[in-house]
Amino acid sequence: MSRRFTPKVVTANRLREGDVVYLTADDRWSPLHHEAELIDDEAHAQMRLLHAAAQKLVVVGAYLADAKAGAQGPEPTHFREAFRTRGPSNYNHGKQADLAG
Amino acid sequence: MYSYSDFDEAFVRARVAQFTDQVERRLDGSLTEDEFRPLRLMNGLYLQLHAYMLRIAIPYGTVNPGQMRQLAMIADTWDKGYGHFTTRQNIQLNWPKLPDVPAILQALADVEMHAIQTSGNCVRNVTADHFAGAAADEIADPRPYAELLRQWSTDHPEFQFLPRKFKIAITGSPNDRAVTRAHDIGLRMVRDAAGEPGFEVMVGGGLGRTPMIGITVREFLPEADLLPYVEAVLSVYNTLGRRDNKYKARIKITVHETGAEEITRMVEERFAELRPAFGGADQALLDDIRAAFAPPAFRNAPVDGFDAFYKADPAFRAWADTNLAEHRNAQYAIVTISLKAHGATPGDATSDQMRLMADLAEKYGHSDLRISHEQNVILPHVHKSDLPAVHAALAQAGLGTANVGLLSDIIACPGMDYCSLATARSIPVAQELATHFEELKLEHEIGPLKIKISGCINACGHHHVGHIGILGLDRAGVENYQITLGGDGTETAVIGEKTGPGFAYDEIVPAIERILRAYLGLRLEASETFLQAYRRVGLEPFKAALYGSEGEKDAA
Repeated sequence: MSRRFTPKVVTANRLREGDVVYLTADDRWSPLHHEAELIDDEAHAQMRLLHAAAQKLVVVGAYLADAKAGAQGPEPTHFREAFRTRGPSNYNHGKQADLAG
Repeated sequence: MYSYSDFDEAFVRARVAQFTDQVERRLDGSLTEDEFRPLRLMNGLYLQLHAYMLRIAIPYGTVNPGQMRQLAMIADTWDKGYGHFTTRQNIQLNWPKLPDVPAILQALADVEMHAIQTSGNCVRNVTADHFAGAAADEIADPRPYAELLRQWSTDHPEFQFLPRKFKIAITGSPNDRAVTRAHDIGLRMVRDAAGEPGFEVMVGGGLGRTPMIGITVREFLPEADLLPYVEAVLSVYNTLGRRDNKYKARIKITVHETGAEEITRMVEERFAELRPAFGGADQALLDDIRAAFAPPAFRNAPVDGFDAFYKADPAFRAWADTNLAEHRNAQYAIVTISLKAHGATPGDATSDQMRLMADLAEKYGHSDLRISHEQNVILPHVHKSDLPAVHAALAQAGLGTANVGLLSDIIACPGMDYCSLATARSIPVAQELATHFEELKLEHEIGPLKIKISGCINACGHHHVGHIGILGLDRAGVENYQITLGGDGTETAVIGEKTGPGFAYDEIVPAIERILRAYLGLRLEASETFLQAYRRVGLEPFKAALYGSEGEKDAA
């Protein structure tokens, strides 16, 4: 039997700014992880990744990242993805600053 | 220092224009990312975790005040007001936006700087002893040779698509401050029996996944043979180097697989072919370059002021004891400005700090600044009578930390706070080590110590050659830190030994403390450094301190 599919979100960096974004169910690119579409079907995940990769003037390097359901929406499961949701730990730069207030 | 020739100027400007066009074509969709990626990498532009990163070359770590101010201006205008100095003597901007990069490169070209060949499988920025031209132990200034190598390797048609990247380091002193033994080619200046200067040529050093100390292929290479010999090494590597496996593509693997004797024979054979083709143009060029690196007009003035201040002011004395090095002119000193204030990010300088260092270099330092691979900034020529004023100005700007060569003078790569290759964070580990031992007030008691931290196996943080090396890994989805001990990056280079199982993020600082308390307990006297003590007693007492009785059992 094949292993159970781990839920995913589609994530990438914006072409112009380079910042991290997530693909939402309504086809927006959101800076917020919890707004991402949480995908629990492998075939659908591949379709969504193709959809993301086709947006060559918007994003770069789209990939599927493991995630899990949380109270506010999808949450990252790996620390690398958790860092990508907020920015570096040595300065208040990146999302943690941009999205504050 | 060297100023661009018309050729250099035209080349860099042409590249800026070319890349400007490439960025436009990427933004309007004429180029795909697959097409654009190699083009942006050729110009030092990476895409990292949270943003783009621009790696700007600082050839052999030498910058002038005008360039430093321009870097500050660029950081203020197009980034977040700071820059990160790296172990490759480069500077990285962590937050540029793609549409702004052409303007940044234009601004760099305005001060004879660029980001060319700071990525890709080509000859990278040639690094050199950061005390070049100033050190008391120096045979000759290595920078003219480094500049010759820079000109020769820039856009060299034969060496733009090597099997893998290629790093050359050069030192003009027998005491190696440029980690030459851990480079693809290391050049260490020595004298032959007749007293003539030349180079010991080492090949196949490197850290990363498979750390190796370079082998000496020539004990003594006459300086006039430098370029044809380096070209011979590159040529042999370009032919033999493996292109089938990225992890086996560096010259260290080629040397290892071919054997020291055979590779030496091949290099010498190729050298014999190439040598006659070098008709002396390179030597004429070297002479011109050398003139650009003539020593400054040293001032002759009393140094009593320094002596009096040294006796009277303990803060100044502490700083002078750690941050000054011996200059070849006895009235002068080499100042290392620490970019390692306790709790700060190793290697980072704000734009204000950059401007202050530029001002100090202009006012007191013969307009010379260096970036060290240890991520500090050097004022190589400061008259001793000016040191109190320099120290006071630095201290006001948060740059007066008296810790060079001590525990908190840590090398740390950007790690997973920025780098997309990283497997764990390094910066916060460095920050916590520095603040923890500052609180314990143990740093001076411990004495000379080099801690080096890498956030992945690629070893940008040189952890293998740290007296204490820390390597951050991802172990089953959790940050885990492996410790190596006894590494050495100098002329007595050694790769450190792994202690055993790694430590979790919140266990790594206590683990380092156990090692250092064990050292304090076993050293014969206060003057026995950590590295000396390690060489005397070996790994076992430290394993016992790290792992308790389990470590002792392993030792049996």
